[in-house]
Amino acid sequence: MTLGDWITQGLEVLMAVAAAPVLLGWVNQCRAWLQNRRAPSLWLPYRNLHKLFHKEAVLAENASPLFRLAPYVVFGAMVLAAGIIPSMGTRLPLVVSADAIALVGLFVTARVFLALAAMDVGTAFGTLGARREMMVGFLAEPALLMVIFVASMISASTALPAITEHLLSGRVGLSPSLAFSAVAFVLVLLAENGRIPVDNPATHLELTMIHEATLLEYSARHLALMEWAAALKLFNYVCIGFALFLPWGVAEGHIGPLGLLVAIPALAVKLATAGAGLALIETVSAKLRVLRIPEFLASAFLFAVLALLVQVLLGT
Amino acid sequence: MLPWGQQLLDMCAALLLLLSFAMLSQRRIVTLVNLYAVQGAVLTAATLLLAWRTGERHLYLSAALTIVLKVTFLPWLLRRLLRRLDIYRDSEPRLNVTGTMLVGLLIVVFAFALAQPITRLASTSTRSAIGIAISVVLLAFLMMITRRKAVAQVVGFLSMENGVFFGAMSASYGMPMVVELGVALDVLIAVLVLGVFFFQIREQFDSLDLHHLESLKEHD
Repeated sequence: MTLGDWITQGLEVLMAVAAAPVLLGWVNQCRAWLQNRRAPSLWLPYRNLHKLFHKEAVLAENASPLFRLAPYVVFGAMVLAAGIIPSMGTRLPLVVSADAIALVGLFVTARVFLALAAMDVGTAFGTLGARREMMVGFLAEPALLMVIFVASMISASTALPAITEHLLSGRVGLSPSLAFSAVAFVLVLLAENGRIPVDNPATHLELTMIHEATLLEYSARHLALMEWAAALKLFNYVCIGFALFLPWGVAEGHIGPLGLLVAIPALAVKLATAGAGLALIETVSAKLRVLRIPEFLASAFLFAVLALLVQVLLGT
Repeated sequence: MLPWGQQLLDMCAALLLLLSFAMLSQRRIVTLVNLYAVQGAVLTAATLLLAWRTGERHLYLSAALTIVLKVTFLPWLLRRLLRRLDIYRDSEPRLNVTGTMLVGLLIVVFAFALAQPITRLASTSTRSAIGIAISVVLLAFLMMITRRKAVAQVVGFLSMENGVFFGAMSASYGMPMVVELGVALDVLIAVLVLGVFFFQIREQFDSLDLHHLESLKEHD
């Protein structure tokens, strides 16, 4: 591991943390355009974070230390996750310590803390949100793991950079199993990030909310960290999608700052396209009833398992 | 990396499997018929690709037969029947959708295991798709078992025929022309006769729900 690799690693994490709110702003902007509304500024999530960081934090009387700890754990997990996803370069020093399965574990850690914190104060909404969040989670995780297993089977490694490098090498052609697992991954992404068919990110105080309900008791810097973590989670998921299915533009091998000059615009273009696509999906689909969510995620699981089976049968 | 034609064929095979699952989960009968037409179209594409890759002339003929019969005529006939019978949705299937899907997955695993020895015997370049053909057949069976309405069961039957056709294609580059014509004629006649049956069943029982046919006596 050279110094250049560590610089790449650091830059990648910083880039993820900095760009995540912009991605969220971009999705909101696209959504507003598609719905014939005047779009909010691209920097609105930043202004929001700035505002929240300058407010005084208010805690519920019976809040335990866990409630105060949770935002930092959730945010930390997301930053760590950003460190092992090859969004710009594939030589990441941190990757040797954690593969894609550990990455799923990081997301689970964040979710468990989010749910515990939501239940901590003991309000009805928090408990409701936490339970729904866990329901979505326990159905989405197997599907996500299956998607990762398909990619791992194709490239014989569970480390994301190795998968990306294998795809970039051009030895994988038009693969039906990759196509299926890509569909499964998009469904999981929508569910895990509380996007429209599963949860409406634009609502606040509504009986159908999931993610917002878990954050109701948070204020000021805690809320800011939670929202930043949610934006970062979306960014991470999109980047996992790129690593597994659209690795073009990711710099291979040991790259210096010059390699990043190519990788950053490529990533920006891909993110812009993915964000617009996400906004489009959210505009054309209606929110599902909560009890239909298991069906939605079962189809994601089905796609992923089919991909796995087809890979076993056809991929030789 | 496999040649492009082979990759596209694999893609078609995978799509057929996916369409079988889509049909299994679909509640609206009109959409079910549309999915059947799409399955026929994918089958045609696969047949044409195989014909082009192997140079077997008769496969072009069977592709033409597929497109005329399974993509255009039969769906048209079924849609007309549905309009005249005035039905749009199947009643709730015996097993819920998620359950059916999971059973379907088990069936696919079973079919793939079943296909292993056949795959070893076959010498065609498409032999790895035999497992998919068997799963399409078995999934159509499952659909016929779980559905209550007669029309959905007929679509299941037709989809099963698609699976058999695809199986023959991938195991031995298609059946002899005579057999294929015979099967096509059989399917055509079956649908026509069943169409008459639908009206008879509805006249007798005031519904197309087949569980009325399961009791032997009228009153018990």
